[in-house]
Amino acid sequence: MRIVTVRRISQIFFLVIFLWFCVTATLGANWWQLRGWPINWILDLDPLTFLATVLATGTLYASLTWALVVIGLTLFVGRFFCGFACPLGTINQATGWVARRGLNLAGRMEANRHRRLQSLKYYFLAFLLALAWMGSVQTGIIDPLPLLHRSVNLALFPLADNGLGALSDEPRAYASAWLIGVVFLGVVGLNLVLPRFFCRFICPLGALFGLLGRFSPWRIGKTEDNCGDCQICEHYCEGACRPSGTFIGGECVLCMNCMNRCPAGRVTFAGFPSAAGEVGLPDLSRRGFIVAGAGLLVASMWEVGGLAGAGRDPGLIRPPGALDEGRFLARCIRCGQCMRICPGNIIQPALLEAGVQGLWTPAVNYRIGRSGCQPNCIACGQVCPTAAIRPLSLDEKQGTGDFAAQGPIRMGTAFVDRGRCLPWAMDRPCLVCQELCPVSPKAIFTRTGFEAIRDGEALQARVEGSGVDLEAAIPAGANLASGDYYLRPAGQPEAALRRITGVSGTRLTLERPLAADGLAADKARVDIVVRLARPFVDAARCIGCGMCEHECPVSGRRAIRVYSENESRSRSGRMLI
Amino acid sequence: MKLTTKEQERLQTRELNRRDFLKRIGYASALALATGGLGLALYDPKGPAPAEGQKALTGLGDFSRRAMAPGQAKMAIIRGTDRAVMVERGVKALGGMESFIGKGDRVLIKVNAAFATPASLGATTHPETLAAVAGLCFKAGAAQVLVTDNPINNPDSCFEITGLAGAARAAGARVIAPRPALFAPVSLPGAKLLQNWPVMAGAFTGVTKVIVVSPVKDHQRAGASMTLKNYYGFLGGRRNVFHQDINGIITELSQLLKPTLCVLDGTVSMMTNGPTGGSLSDLKDTGTMVVATDPVAADAVGVELLGRTLADVPYILMAEKAGAGQADYRRLNPVLLNTSA
Repeated sequence: MRIVTVRRISQIFFLVIFLWFCVTATLGANWWQLRGWPINWILDLDPLTFLATVLATGTLYASLTWALVVIGLTLFVGRFFCGFACPLGTINQATGWVARRGLNLAGRMEANRHRRLQSLKYYFLAFLLALAWMGSVQTGIIDPLPLLHRSVNLALFPLADNGLGALSDEPRAYASAWLIGVVFLGVVGLNLVLPRFFCRFICPLGALFGLLGRFSPWRIGKTEDNCGDCQICEHYCEGACRPSGTFIGGECVLCMNCMNRCPAGRVTFAGFPSAAGEVGLPDLSRRGFIVAGAGLLVASMWEVGGLAGAGRDPGLIRPPGALDEGRFLARCIRCGQCMRICPGNIIQPALLEAGVQGLWTPAVNYRIGRSGCQPNCIACGQVCPTAAIRPLSLDEKQGTGDFAAQGPIRMGTAFVDRGRCLPWAMDRPCLVCQELCPVSPKAIFTRTGFEAIRDGEALQARVEGSGVDLEAAIPAGANLASGDYYLRPAGQPEAALRRITGVSGTRLTLERPLAADGLAADKARVDIVVRLARPFVDAARCIGCGMCEHECPVSGRRAIRVYSENESRSRSGRMLI
Repeated sequence: MKLTTKEQERLQTRELNRRDFLKRIGYASALALATGGLGLALYDPKGPAPAEGQKALTGLGDFSRRAMAPGQAKMAIIRGTDRAVMVERGVKALGGMESFIGKGDRVLIKVNAAFATPASLGATTHPETLAAVAGLCFKAGAAQVLVTDNPINNPDSCFEITGLAGAARAAGARVIAPRPALFAPVSLPGAKLLQNWPVMAGAFTGVTKVIVVSPVKDHQRAGASMTLKNYYGFLGGRRNVFHQDINGIITELSQLLKPTLCVLDGTVSMMTNGPTGGSLSDLKDTGTMVVATDPVAADAVGVELLGRTLADVPYILMAEKAGAGQADYRRLNPVLLNTSA
């Protein structure tokens, strides 16, 4: 079998299992859902995630050790991952190939000429690693593997599935999916400008592979320098690495097209330098790295901003088990796995809610999706590839078993907005928040009061047993027979209340006759009062799950909202003593 | 612009090409006519209506058993601890499942799957009760048994974690999880709240019998959550707005459909912290199963299990007034059984 056939099979294999693992990253009990499928395997292979999180945290998290395999292989043979495995590389290569069908040879050679700007990706890499070293892992924004996972998880799959309903019964919503999708379309679209544009100019992972392969003993090369001037090897070179001239090892993506096409068989993959000369890396300027090193400065300035942590957005709720903000940003690669898996669809990619450093990091939005954070779900931490969200056990999340002493994980605290709450501000019974509070005993409790309704005070009435004829019109806008409304003699706030059970014209029927103390039957004055159970939050019990906020019938800006106060993950957010 | 040889020739000879000219006239006229016609076809002199009109259903249907044999019991109250036995004995007392379900019937079982909590916490219909009911349906000749609810939490999580999906699978029943296509607007005649409101009508396609299987739970706002409150799970949309008139909405829901049979499972009741519960200490063994054709009567028994009175749960009398059933369940002469004896 020809080596390019092997390469294509390998590319298709990795693309297919990438997509398959994205499919299986669905919560459920079916065989094709999250049932031990290694859905993070492609992400785990990523040496850039490995390096950035190691720089930022000083530790290597569990399954990221897979990256060592890729690093090891790269050290010996160069950027095989780009040519044989990377699913985004495959998409780029395929797009570039389609876009250049029928192009003449001169055009192809021009497209695959080495360009000085290919050095840019090394500066991007330096910049990102500088940030990581300062504790802010930003690699995921342009690292191809998290980028592709994010694009598929949050934009492409929802787009494809929302009509189809194959992956989820209800349409999935992701804020700023448009931007994530546009970035992906941009990356793919750049292949129309030049083949593998992203891989050649932008990809920091490719740059890292280039550096790692600097001393690889095996590489592409020519067996003799004098090989005429056909330059067919250059026509199909994916890496723009100059195989006919001074070969640039760090740019070669091991597409093997040169070897495959050389009519004289002079191109080999072997353990000696090219007869036409070779360099390990493209020209990298000191200036470029100085500019990239400004990443240190940028991160330092973020640190300055970070000192203003007290001014953080209290609306930023991280998923349960998320580390405190500093340690969280040292790990999160914005792959979107937690957002894809969340059965409530409430974990959303932040745009600016989490600050500039937090672009596309997971932020919980309780207004979107199906329900608040379900007490029996720990999916997000279980799928997080870097433990930015710790893999909690149910016991730890709920504060049971071994964790009884420390209590449940709190994501924040719910606050009642008395200016918007129906029973607080509008004399209407409601109590949905209390009903749905999943804590036992409930963190939302009520205090019950009776309020005379508007236009319902001191109404003149004739009383006959349990029938009361009002001489005024019935106040509009409320169903007085709904069981929530009562009658009492006017001016006697202590008098026993009688529930209204029927309304007909201006006649009210009561459950029992009014207590008649000093009540003139034909010239009585009565108040119509409504029974209002008003919600209060017991902050010591509230876990910030947002069930209340999600279900609050005040649908725009909810009348009960969760803020990050008292969240378990941060000491500075502590509210209760 | 480069001219073609023909055009150059024509320019030189200044020949008027009539055919070319007429062709252009023809194209331009056709386009002008088409544009004008399209404009006329789409002409809307009134502007848009304030809201989009939709054809609404008037309810989900009447599935109650038509012909009752004289003297046939409408209600059985069974004491015991084994749900399967209690359901079986109760249904038998009402004439057996065969008197409700015929050969080829397509049965929809409405469970309460509201929360993604395990069955042991009692916040949802117990899977053993579902299994018993579904099994009896199949035994009576049902062609298909469907299980549905529009829960509060993620539907898949709810059906799986409560054990209802497993019970349905084991019995051969199919779970219908809510998806947008299942919902259609309903406007209940004479109703104030249920006007042009989405209900899960799609789950009723081809359905000939409906059985409501509910737990007995505390509910501060409504007083109690049992059979009638379980109908809430047919609603879609932001249904919580109706909590402002909880008794009103449950009364209207009692008119949304008439079930074939109601099973109210008070083997264990949630006495406090409902309807979510969350702790075993919220539960109490009340050892009672109610099988009835009358949802109001069934709920009236449930109220007693919770140690409350009808005054604590106003919607029961309101539903009775609306014609949904009999609140004074004793007047139905319920069959009293004790399976633990």
